[in-house]
Amino acid sequence: MNKDTLITRLRELLPAATPEGSGEWAVLPLPGGEWHAWAGRLRDDAVLQLDYLFCLTCVDWKTRLTMVYHLGSSRHNEALVIKIDLDREQPSVPSVSDIWRTAEFHEREVYELFGVDFPGHPDLRLLILPEGWEGKNPLRKDFEDPVNMIKL
Amino acid sequence: MLTDDAAIEKQPAGSPPAAGPGSFPGQVHPVPGGGILVSKLDEVINWARSNSLWPLVFGTSCCAIEMMSTASAKYDWSRFGFEVARATPRQADVIIIAGTIVNKMAPVLKRLYDQMAEPKYVIAMGACATSGGPFFYNTYSVVKGADHVIPVDVYIAGCPPRPEALLHAMITLQEKIRSGLTREQIRMEKPDQPTP
Amino acid sequence: MYRETQIVEPPLTEASRPGASGELVINVGPQHPSTHGVLHLLITLDGETIRRVDPHLGYIHRSIEKMCESLSYRQFIYTTSRMDYLSAHINNHACALCVEKGLQVEVPPRAQVIRVLMDELTRIASHCLWWGAMAMDVGALTPFFLAFREREMINDIMEETCGARLTMNYMVPGGVMFDLHPEFPRRVRAFIRHFRDRIDEYDELVTGNVIFQNRLKGVGRLSAADAISYGCSGPVARASGVSCDLRKRAPYEVYGRLQFDEVLEEGGDCFARYLVRVRELRQSLSILEQLIDQIPEGDFQAKTKAVLKLPKGEFYSRVETARGEFGVYIVSEGGTTPYRIKFRSPGFSNLSALDHMARGGKIGDLIAIMGTLDLVIPDIDR
Repeated sequence: MNKDTLITRLRELLPAATPEGSGEWAVLPLPGGEWHAWAGRLRDDAVLQLDYLFCLTCVDWKTRLTMVYHLGSSRHNEALVIKIDLDREQPSVPSVSDIWRTAEFHEREVYELFGVDFPGHPDLRLLILPEGWEGKNPLRKDFEDPVNMIKL
Repeated sequence: MLTDDAAIEKQPAGSPPAAGPGSFPGQVHPVPGGGILVSKLDEVINWARSNSLWPLVFGTSCCAIEMMSTASAKYDWSRFGFEVARATPRQADVIIIAGTIVNKMAPVLKRLYDQMAEPKYVIAMGACATSGGPFFYNTYSVVKGADHVIPVDVYIAGCPPRPEALLHAMITLQEKIRSGLTREQIRMEKPDQPTP
Repeated sequence: MYRETQIVEPPLTEASRPGASGELVINVGPQHPSTHGVLHLLITLDGETIRRVDPHLGYIHRSIEKMCESLSYRQFIYTTSRMDYLSAHINNHACALCVEKGLQVEVPPRAQVIRVLMDELTRIASHCLWWGAMAMDVGALTPFFLAFREREMINDIMEETCGARLTMNYMVPGGVMFDLHPEFPRRVRAFIRHFRDRIDEYDELVTGNVIFQNRLKGVGRLSAADAISYGCSGPVARASGVSCDLRKRAPYEVYGRLQFDEVLEEGGDCFARYLVRVRELRQSLSILEQLIDQIPEGDFQAKTKAVLKLPKGEFYSRVETARGEFGVYIVSEGGTTPYRIKFRSPGFSNLSALDHMARGGKIGDLIAIMGTLDLVIPDIDR
């Protein structure tokens, strides 16, 4: 299994997708609406076998947010990077915590640091931040904290 | 109190014995058949307190590993009286804040400190507990120094400080207790003045 | 400064979900001898049987990811030393690899071998401390002092070369910061000779102990499918039979040409995780033996500019720390500071499996499971 066979299989599985293979791993931008169904297919497909989600995070480009999922496999050594663009005012993407159980904690962390909503998550609440920090979203670029943050 | 004859023979009559750190405070007055040691009760109590300070098991991050190294066989801290590290604050005398204090942990630290019985002492170990350390700038969650939460007696620099530095700080705390300069002792002597 | 203040916010003690009648909710931590850091567990108990474990994190959350957005590419590496301080070299190694990927700098062979030697020494030190702390949790107090005796030998080796015992700021993008001390090979050979006998002694002392085995066998089972789904890596997953050692699957530096085995067990219980780590000690020793006689001559650092600027793009590097897979994800906009850094810490995913493993057991089993998961909480909270 290498990057090209991965991209070929992705094109067969999801004909509407446009994977690109210029970097180290294949990158697949997706729209957020059907993410849950496609995630299930990526995990259960006999060729791809992407059953190991090893990084789930979010990047704040100032006009939009992007969710980044790094999927690996326990059978082969290739990885796939999924990127989902979100609207900044009402960011919301379906939760995949029932497909990869590790997403439960990772999505809670993204929820509290960026404010992204995950419908379908069993228990979405603060994980690392103390009480009273709902809505403050410290890792967003417009987080204001005049006491602690110095603009260098 | 009676002392042994050998000590009296070495010194001229009436002179106090050379007092090292940790030795029993007081002056020896030889009388026929032995000697009488005259001391102040405060000094004896301070001597007893300083030589048996029991630390609380409180380590938040990396300095805790150096604290565990100090407790281990190579840099043993039980030579100085810190024999048992107690897990409950009710039975501990000194709290060694080893690690960073963050906003979520500060009320926990305050509650632990309040649960300790007087007299209690605090050592701030490492750069993080002294002033926020490497996490001073641009962090929204670090308390910049444990002395914003509880009063500290001894500060140790280092990231993390060597075990010898922690031992030096503990000995300094012992000397501070013996000389009567800790907050409780100042407060007891001069109750109407505000304590630092 | 302190002025006899009242507690402003009492710490969180109520359960996030009320338990059914007859169930007791107790707190373990944040200040507790066996949580290896500040981990607050809310345990819902029915008698002594655990119904649910709810970890509350964040008591050492130092907002490192936000802080790194204002640090340069040479400065941010050393904040990772403070995250998983027991594998400090390996964390720094991951950051240096990520920056080198962005700069497309090639590391000279001498620096690669030095980095792998330091990594394996750190792995041995970390597993020694784990072993001592794990035995102390289960009730044996002697192994704690024995483990620290070995760690002191490694700390002395590190201090001679790197200058510090615990947070050695030694890896830089392009190589290592200083050359090896001339005494380094001799000391490492002496350590290998000394430690090889010690592992047999420790096996006899702890592994063969009937009480120890009874406390760990059959406790906290994690199946292979669950380990993959929960994202577990490192010895936790290898004890369930999942082959996930990044030194074998995605070799970096000189791991590709070294002879060592990936230690796998099938049981998935606490004793299997224990055996995996003890066997990894022997594998690390054999890696040290292979490399210590063949350190190539040459530069210890590739030439890089003083102020590093990564090109626009995203870079990810993965290494195998003593706890599992550590990942550094840098999003760069072409400046001197990263735009976004994400540290994928192994303990975060390993901890999410704790609830699954501890249900139905007793509190003593929970302590044994936490000991074998080898959690370092600042790594989880970042």
